[in-house]
Amino acid sequence: MSNAVSALEGAEFNGFAEVREIGLQGMITLRGDLGSKAMAGAVKSATGLKLPELRRIEQAEGQAVAWMSPDELLVMVPYEDVQKTLVALDKALKGTHYMAVDVSDARAVFQVTGPAAGDVIAKLAPIDMGALATGEIRRSRLAQIPAAFWLVGDDTVSGTVQVVCFRSVAQYGFDLLKTAAENGTEVGFLA
Amino acid sequence: MLILECPYCGVTAEETEFHGGGEAHLTRHGPDSSEQDFEDYLFQRENPKGVHFERWRHVNGCGKWLHAARCTLTLEVFGTYNAQTFEPPKHIKDAITAKRPGWTWRTFS
Repeated sequence: MSNAVSALEGAEFNGFAEVREIGLQGMITLRGDLGSKAMAGAVKSATGLKLPELRRIEQAEGQAVAWMSPDELLVMVPYEDVQKTLVALDKALKGTHYMAVDVSDARAVFQVTGPAAGDVIAKLAPIDMGALATGEIRRSRLAQIPAAFWLVGDDTVSGTVQVVCFRSVAQYGFDLLKTAAENGTEVGFLA
Repeated sequence: MLILECPYCGVTAEETEFHGGGEAHLTRHGPDSSEQDFEDYLFQRENPKGVHFERWRHVNGCGKWLHAARCTLTLEVFGTYNAQTFEPPKHIKDAITAKRPGWTWRTFS
């Protein structure tokens, strides 16, 4: 098998917040009827997590399930577990109308860490980062590109924010975050 | 700047998170329709000064199409609602009537 690499091979930047590409992350787009029992069961059996409510993300060590739209979930598992998870999902959803696709290599994932992590995002996205709750996923845009972000684990907005965007715009996304986290450009609004 | 609420994901966001999709509630006239109907469907659009109904897509968010009722004069948004409907729901019509008594738009009032 070819040697899989992430978009920016773990690029890092240290400013008033730390910006880091987290490397390979297994991601599965799962579409179907989110209200059905089969879907809840499939997510449970494949990841051990429960089906997230509207705009929520369920997180556990190394795994997460995020609500993306009324008929779409993003299942995140370790990169090497994607095929195993797909098999589990296919088995649990057999006979129902659904779609489960490996999109790991179609995305780039960043983490912005530090007390002012929220400020970095707030500079780039047209949203109120102060209102972003723990366990909530917000799909919006970073300057000109679509992106989704959430607080890692039980973190607060002065902690670690995880950002997902398309791989084709990974460099643009990283440069944006880097510029926004540059030393000397602190905002001090959320920190 | 418009502030729209997405009826699917419940997010209240400003308009750059959405993308406009033109007039709402068009009746599609296909191959067997008269030329007049087809022309109306393709080209004839409302251009009101006041109450207007539009389609928007939550393009940077959940990606769904929605409908919005707003005023072209004041940029006030009366409400947003699901796209899976042929006419504005009653609560939207009531909200418009409360602010703009006697409004009409195509066949709605």
